[in-house]
Amino acid sequence: MIGYSAAWLLALPLAGLLLNTFVGRRYSRTLAGTIASGAVGLAFLIAILMAPDIYGSHGEHAGQTLPLWDWITIGELQVPLALLVDPLSLTLTLVVTGVGFLIHVYAMGYMVDDARLARFFIYLNFFILAMLLLVLGDSFVTLFIGWEGVGLASYLLIGFWFDREDELYGSYADCGKKAFVVNRIGDVGLILAMGLIWTTVGTLNFTEALQGLATMSEAPLVLICLLLLLAVAGKSAQFPLYVWLPDAMAGPTPVSALIHAATMVTAGIYLMARTHVLWELAPMASAIAAWIGVGTAFVAATMAMVQTDLKKVLAYSTISQLGYMVLGAGVGAFAFAIFHLVTHAFFKALLFLSAGSVQHATHELDMRKLGGLRLKMPHTARNFLIGSLALAGIPPLAGFFSKDGILLYAFQHNILLYFLGLVTALVTAIYIFRAYYLTFMGEPRDAHVDSHVHESGRLILAPLWILSALTILGGALNLPFVLTLEHALASVVGELEPPVPSLEIALLVVSAMVAIGGARLAWGAYRRHMAWVDSIRATFKPLAKLAQQRWYLDDLYDRQILRGSHTLSQWLSTTVDQQGIDRAVNWGAETALNWSRKLRRLNDGRVPTYVFSMFVGAALLVAYFWIAL
Amino acid sequence: MMDTNLYLALSALIFTIGALGVLMRRNALIIFMCVEMMLNSVNLSLVALSHRWGNVDGQIFVFVIMAVAAAEVAIGLAILIANTRHSQSVNVDKIDLLRW
Repeated sequence: MIGYSAAWLLALPLAGLLLNTFVGRRYSRTLAGTIASGAVGLAFLIAILMAPDIYGSHGEHAGQTLPLWDWITIGELQVPLALLVDPLSLTLTLVVTGVGFLIHVYAMGYMVDDARLARFFIYLNFFILAMLLLVLGDSFVTLFIGWEGVGLASYLLIGFWFDREDELYGSYADCGKKAFVVNRIGDVGLILAMGLIWTTVGTLNFTEALQGLATMSEAPLVLICLLLLLAVAGKSAQFPLYVWLPDAMAGPTPVSALIHAATMVTAGIYLMARTHVLWELAPMASAIAAWIGVGTAFVAATMAMVQTDLKKVLAYSTISQLGYMVLGAGVGAFAFAIFHLVTHAFFKALLFLSAGSVQHATHELDMRKLGGLRLKMPHTARNFLIGSLALAGIPPLAGFFSKDGILLYAFQHNILLYFLGLVTALVTAIYIFRAYYLTFMGEPRDAHVDSHVHESGRLILAPLWILSALTILGGALNLPFVLTLEHALASVVGELEPPVPSLEIALLVVSAMVAIGGARLAWGAYRRHMAWVDSIRATFKPLAKLAQQRWYLDDLYDRQILRGSHTLSQWLSTTVDQQGIDRAVNWGAETALNWSRKLRRLNDGRVPTYVFSMFVGAALLVAYFWIAL
Repeated sequence: MMDTNLYLALSALIFTIGALGVLMRRNALIIFMCVEMMLNSVNLSLVALSHRWGNVDGQIFVFVIMAVAAAEVAIGLAILIANTRHSQSVNVDKIDLLRW
């Protein structure tokens, strides 16, 4: 039964996208959104119906496999297309379809005036389909198809307004290209890791491959893990491949919320949790992952401090939070990484959608021109505030418990990791309240923008309030000492050793104080003492400059890689392609043409000639057999 | 024994006359008749050999060939008449519309 429902999970978005492609858009503009949202909503209901069975069965056999069909069979390589439903994949499925449904509904309101509305929903449904394939696949190959599918959806949706161009993003189509190319670097890691797993254990099925690899020596495991880490860095925007995510904000805001905050970018975290056996056996790779995670979290948080565009703040914040998740997976707290993934999906989607509501009303996201929006957009302001509180980690909202769990295990692992994570938490609280204050509090700074501000419609606000409720209550999924989610996931990602209660309480208090302190600091600074802000900025001038220049990583890529590859492409295009390949092809064509000009003389159209050649042929045949026999 | 060889020799003679006629004559109608001669020379050798080996297969074969030849003549003559009406000539050298 479970198996068939899992197939329905995939069939529904597929049906939605086919309906919209071939039928829906002919009838009415609004129908496309209804079909797409309905498909995802139904998938969510199915996932909920499956939940009791999957979460209820503990132990080794918590997962259920549904073979769909034999996909590839080449010699020993057999790739059946099969789905694996276990607590881990179901958790992801619930997030993807649940948050996805809310964002679909939101998009019906947000995108209502767009000329390419039907196409937008086709892409969104395609994304949901690929993402579900990614999390439900039972082998690396199936995961990889989904992995590439979401990459394609991301590319299409970032460049959805491919004809637009502005100062902040440049050409929107280029932003999509950048995301695609950078992701491709990560994908190479995944392909190589898959090849290595295949040559080592001869199977790519998760269960079998992980069992086989568990008995291997450490060296190949470290290599596999590092290659997987490259894939994670690409998809989940970690150092040094995070550069694509800020530019991905060129896409419509629902896309930023769904793909570049809540779901797709967390695919890397899912991959780490799915392969947790390897990471536990390769402590060196885990340590590297943890350091990359915490480093990314800190660097991205500093960059979020200096952004002036609201969505860019949220983009860097997403990178930073993904860094926390990688840190959590790196220190072995896979359950908490997934927990943070879930809560982050709630509150970051909420923040993005609130920012989208602002953009919908003002057509402006530059915080220097916004301000005082709480008066005219009270609902949006409140929702953004709830999201900010959760992101900052203020108890008892969802973000507090999940982030604190990660920091707790980081503390047990290495105090430096914990310290850096804590500093990042402080910076997080500051930057998000800076954003909140600049956007919603104070006085309107731009009369033109202020003149046409209005609260958004019901289709936009309803998803916001639902996400707010989830953000407030989401922490209940995995309260300290109760740990519902952790126990549910234990059969897949392993049990965690419970920490000393006194230590846990102490760290909880420290985290809460840091978060509240940071929020208070930002609040005070931006409310009254703008001069103070400037003086702080002057004190930390080198750091601010560093952050403003995106830590020079983009410049480095531009100089070292882009220009080189540009020159190489230029050379390949002019010298190799135009002068080499083109010439060879032209020569071949011209030679063939010359010869056929001569040969066609044989075909003179006179019957006797044809008959004669026929007789000669017959005579030759007879002669041949005469001699041969 | 001797009889059969004579039949085969006659058959070869008629075949050669037919083949040469096809190659050398220009009148389409004559060429057509020469083709029929070649067909019938083959029929002759089939019948002769059938008699020689006491096997009726060859004679059945001949009936099939005659039937097909009759059909072929009907089509061939139709084409010939159509072409003659078109070009006012039966000279095959002038039938070269299908050239390059």
